[in-house]
Amino acid sequence: MAAETTTDTEAPDMSEPLTGWGRTAPTLARVLRPRSYEEASDAVRACGARGSIARGLGRAYGDAAQNAGGSVLDMTGLDRVRTIDATAGLVVCDAGVSLHRLMEVLLPLGWFVPVSPGTRYVTVGGAIGADIHGKNHHVSGSFARHVTSLELLTADGEIRTVVPGTDLFDATAGGMGLTGVILSATLRLLPVETSLMTVDTERAGDLDDLMARLTATDHRYRYSVAWIDLLARGAATGRSVLTRGDHAPYDALPRRARRAPLAFRPGRLPAAPALVPEGLLGRTTVGLFNDVWYRRAPRRRTGELQRLSAFFHPLDGVPHWNRIYGRGGFVQYQFVVGHGHEETLRRIVQRIARRGCPSFLAVLKRFGEGDPGWLSFPMPGWTLALDIPARLSGLGAFLDELDEEVVDAGGRVYLAKDSRLRPDLLDAMYPRLADFRALRAALDPRSVFTSDLSRRLAL
Amino acid sequence: MKDAFGTPQSLLLLGGTSEIGLATARRLIARRTRTVWLAGRPSPALTAAADSLRALGADVRTVPFDALDTESHEERLGKIFTQGDIDLVLLAFGILGDQARDEADPLAAVRVAQTNYTGAVSAGLVCARALQSQGHGSLVVLSSVAGERARRANFIYGSSKAGLDAFAQGLGDALHGTGVHVMVVRPGFVRSKMTAGLAEAPLATTPETVARAIELGLRRRSETVWVPGALRVVMSALRHVPRPVFRRLPVR
Repeated sequence: MAAETTTDTEAPDMSEPLTGWGRTAPTLARVLRPRSYEEASDAVRACGARGSIARGLGRAYGDAAQNAGGSVLDMTGLDRVRTIDATAGLVVCDAGVSLHRLMEVLLPLGWFVPVSPGTRYVTVGGAIGADIHGKNHHVSGSFARHVTSLELLTADGEIRTVVPGTDLFDATAGGMGLTGVILSATLRLLPVETSLMTVDTERAGDLDDLMARLTATDHRYRYSVAWIDLLARGAATGRSVLTRGDHAPYDALPRRARRAPLAFRPGRLPAAPALVPEGLLGRTTVGLFNDVWYRRAPRRRTGELQRLSAFFHPLDGVPHWNRIYGRGGFVQYQFVVGHGHEETLRRIVQRIARRGCPSFLAVLKRFGEGDPGWLSFPMPGWTLALDIPARLSGLGAFLDELDEEVVDAGGRVYLAKDSRLRPDLLDAMYPRLADFRALRAALDPRSVFTSDLSRRLAL
Repeated sequence: MKDAFGTPQSLLLLGGTSEIGLATARRLIARRTRTVWLAGRPSPALTAAADSLRALGADVRTVPFDALDTESHEERLGKIFTQGDIDLVLLAFGILGDQARDEADPLAAVRVAQTNYTGAVSAGLVCARALQSQGHGSLVVLSSVAGERARRANFIYGSSKAGLDAFAQGLGDALHGTGVHVMVVRPGFVRSKMTAGLAEAPLATTPETVARAIELGLRRRSETVWVPGALRVVMSALRHVPRPVFRRLPVR
């Protein structure tokens, strides 16, 4: 049957099933890989009735970079770092450049990306589209705050320069690619003296202890995050390991490391196998892992020097780590609730612990000020992210219940990670959604930019 | 669009009064399904089915559809897909017939075969093409254990389901890698109005249980689902029983 569909003049069938990083809900799209702005523009003009969406390195967990029956622009072919101003700390690069590539290029010059999420393998375009945050959100805000300008290919096939402070910029930052295709961006960088991190580690015995520590001392650190054991119950509910740090100054380095203070050599382990039995990560194995992980962390250690990759992106060391959940894939759930709603956070953590969701990659962070993007996720308060095997029975209904709690507390879930939200909750979570829809309707009346996410949630 | 758990937002039920179909619709409406199309011959039963689902909060529309009128499938079903994506097509129509009468009346037997097999081939292909062009969706085909090995007691119905089963498996392979998922469901004896008055077979089940199995199968993206699961083992043994012995097995 597949052969009958290639009646178009484009001879090769480039259709392939795509999923997000969570490997759930595959859908078929025509994948085009533009190598120039003109090719991207042509692809958008010729995209057909089911529209088009840009895709970077496929790290969004859900269906944000899929477009069933339509076309998907693989932007990784547009990967040139165009100019670097090493005095002012500015870089102009194509949207398909990865943060990994930027680090390789910029670190030797003494500059670092302004915001780094849990993986280096995201593109600049994706980072803006999802308006990602990192461990420094309480200090630096989200990624798009460090973008001084970007070029956007809009539905009419034109390329517009968009600068912060405009409606189009605020709709594009966090807009999940639905305002257009980001072609390039100018980023303001962070100066660093070395490629090492100086890290303080401490354990928190329970959730209240953790929140107290984060509230009291987070402002002393540029980077802060807590790994949380969501399987611990009773008095230990929410026990965590807190790691906080900053870029190490040159003086802090031992003599040997001073020879190449800006070296960037992330290590790499063998890739996860393609076939992992379902249920490898169950309650028992994950419980055991979490227990060992918690106990082997020092009660308190200060000033440890860590490689940048070990501090920011430990999972990048294992290529294809998303396979460990088996064929059924996994769901990532990340929400934020504002300050004053600690009780909601406490209740959700307790519910997850009581239910025994086998999650070993759960992190809690205290956000700083909210960001201007209309659909940007962060707001001042607490964010918890966890991943759960999708095959877990009753998970859909359970997460729906957590959504209710989050909405009641005025919080929201993160679209870049979503693959299952109930559409009618979205308006309450994102108060600027109506503006976003109105801008899209004016800018892109034919809904040229469409994704599975936008279809599922009626964005 | 289906979510990470394979739960559809829109459903097309072919055989709009099918008890298994409606039980599945009720389960799915309790999750994410908001749009339901009921395709069937216009009748008070179809209207009642639509009303019962509307009461659960779904947007329900009915479409006149007759499995035997294969000429009209393309137009009738094609129109549904122009109104928006369909995430799940549940092919649930079928008739049991009356073995004793059908053996004596070939035309009645042909009606069983045409409904269960020819009609399903036509409707299945029309829907498969529409799903393929939208790049996603599931086609769930209600087969039966009766199709696994023909039995003296119901081989007319059984042979039609055997054909349907083989068709659906092949279609699933043809659509592999196209984003469209085909799932064959093989229930055993289901207590419903279709089997009312018949003596119950072992491992009998209910429409609600089949519905639950379908929901689970969607989540796991299964290709074959037996209801209850134990039938898979039973039938794989029965399949290899020598003919002379199989023939003598008790009728139920």
